Amino acid sequence: MSVNNINVTIQDSTLRDGNHAIRHQLGADEICRYCQAAELAGIPVLEVGHGNGLGASSFQVGIAKLTDYEMLKIARHNLKNSRLAVHIMPGFATIEKDLRPAIDLGIDIVRVGTHCTEADISERHIKYASSLSVEVVGSLMMSHMVDKYTLLEEAKKFQYYGASGVSLYDSAGSYLPKEVEEKVSYLVNNLNIQVGFHAHNNLGMAIANSIAAVEAGATIIDACINGFGAGAGNTQLEVLVAVLKKLEIETGIDLYKVLDCAEIASELIVKYPPFIRPTSIVSGLAGVFSGFSKHVDRIAQQYNVDPRDVFFELGRKKIVGGQEDMIIEVASSLRYKKV
Amino acid sequence: MMCLVNGLKDPFEMINNPIRVAILGSGKIGIDLMFKVQRSESLTCFMVVGRSNQSIGLETAKLNGFTVSDKGIDAILNNLNEVDIVFDATSATAHLHHWDLLKDSSIRVIDMTPSKLGKSIVPAVNLIEAHTCRHVNMISCGGQSSIPIINAVSEVVKSIEYVEVVSSIASKSAGSATRINLDEYINTTENGIITFSKAKKAKVIIVLNPAEPPVNMQTTISFQINNPPLKEILSAVRMRVEEIKKYVPGYELVIEPTQIESNRVVVIVKVVGRGDYLPKYAGNLDIINCAAVAVAERMAENIMN
Repeated sequence: MSVNNINVTIQDSTLRDGNHAIRHQLGADEICRYCQAAELAGIPVLEVGHGNGLGASSFQVGIAKLTDYEMLKIARHNLKNSRLAVHIMPGFATIEKDLRPAIDLGIDIVRVGTHCTEADISERHIKYASSLSVEVVGSLMMSHMVDKYTLLEEAKKFQYYGASGVSLYDSAGSYLPKEVEEKVSYLVNNLNIQVGFHAHNNLGMAIANSIAAVEAGATIIDACINGFGAGAGNTQLEVLVAVLKKLEIETGIDLYKVLDCAEIASELIVKYPPFIRPTSIVSGLAGVFSGFSKHVDRIAQQYNVDPRDVFFELGRKKIVGGQEDMIIEVASSLRYKKV
Repeated sequence: MMCLVNGLKDPFEMINNPIRVAILGSGKIGIDLMFKVQRSESLTCFMVVGRSNQSIGLETAKLNGFTVSDKGIDAILNNLNEVDIVFDATSATAHLHHWDLLKDSSIRVIDMTPSKLGKSIVPAVNLIEAHTCRHVNMISCGGQSSIPIINAVSEVVKSIEYVEVVSSIASKSAGSATRINLDEYINTTENGIITFSKAKKAKVIIVLNPAEPPVNMQTTISFQINNPPLKEILSAVRMRVEEIKKYVPGYELVIEPTQIESNRVVVIVKVVGRGDYLPKYAGNLDIINCAAVAVAERMAENIMN
């Protein structure tokens, strides 16, 4: 089937967002074999790296088992038809130290992610990548925190800097379909570039929200095999492919082969498939970044406080992605209140 | 009587302060510096220099009784004998040009930009070196808040395998120059940390938070140290915080040195600004200005002697 018939491009974030689920411990063999299976299934784009993207391996968000270079080199070697994407957050990674080496390794797509009100910190990174003919998609993270007018204003900055798409991230898994529809269609109607959506499953809405986005005109949808991603996990890729097939929306992905890929993945990397645990529900309700989940579990236990209280307090304080250090402060202040 | 911000002293009372400074750049940093200089016992603000008489900065300066000029660097060059110290609060590119024009004079220059040209000074670490220095660079806000602590820890341990500094700042306190220069901020701060400590490796992260009301600048410093001597670290850090508070009154320890894992120690500090011209949450801008004034006062001692 020809690429022209594809209505929706599915970006497979298993090897990036999934890294959150295992404290960024993806190994070489897992990356290698998953890339081969995904390529065979015709998945068009694979995103690879630390859960928080290039240059993010740190105490703050977790030290990765492999370096960016190691992960990308293995992925590049094993992907021929599928394109290779990376995620980068300005403030964590720099052009010189992180983006340039990744581009030198031959990545095809860069997702430049900023908090949903801070798109202007991405200007240099976007201009740099697009000047080297690398496709750029701007990602507005934690996009549930602001209205559609603010999102459009920020998305227009990405467009102006040279991005060919903008993706709304439901980083906290807190959207309901009606809100997805409202925001995505507003962006689709007012931008000249592609619009995408990235869901999390905290409230069990990932598939429904992804479909709402497609129906509102989104053409890039992120998903992970077995739902393997931060917190309650992401949109389950093989389910999404099946639902889109039922809706007769073409993705270019072979159903049987993606189901095979799902089987391989559950043996190979997704040993503990994410499910919606009680704390994930609270995290979604509180609107807290999904990547915080493992950190909150660990720190709440250490400080002997209720992780649910920690999530609600983080939400109340409007803590954004990348502020994982605030978990210690919140847990410590909750313990202080207890005594 | 003119309207004065925060009941600071009348600029005319400062005439007895012998050391004359000029502030080059009438943006937020420059005008906040102006008010901080006004509070100093040894400095007099001779002139605030911008490029447009209609700018909010120069209007504020005039309203508060300061002499202003809109002639940029020429205003300084025309008054070489009237000025002892210049704060350059313009941009890194402009600073290269300014230093070129001032280097053969006897004026001392404190560079607030990330040009990395002059001698790096962190008052709680190497203020003594500002004494005879003609050209000082203030590194960065994250550097000014973290380097004193990292340096203090360095004094009680054999080595630091790795140090990580994460600063979150209020979105509203990050102007367009900060936003476009995040990479420079990270590089400059990482280099500063390595220079002033036993850290073998440093990583710097900065996060902008748009929450309302705006968040205070907060910095988390994580150390990887083999067998960390927690007691010694605790007392070294506490003592150093007292030193910093002498010139940054709003500096405080949020979480004292805490051992997280066998080889990991975490410290969290916060800076609440003085609210001179910038809002109190802009601790990131306050700390670099407080540090710069401390440097100017040390230079003033040397000039007077």
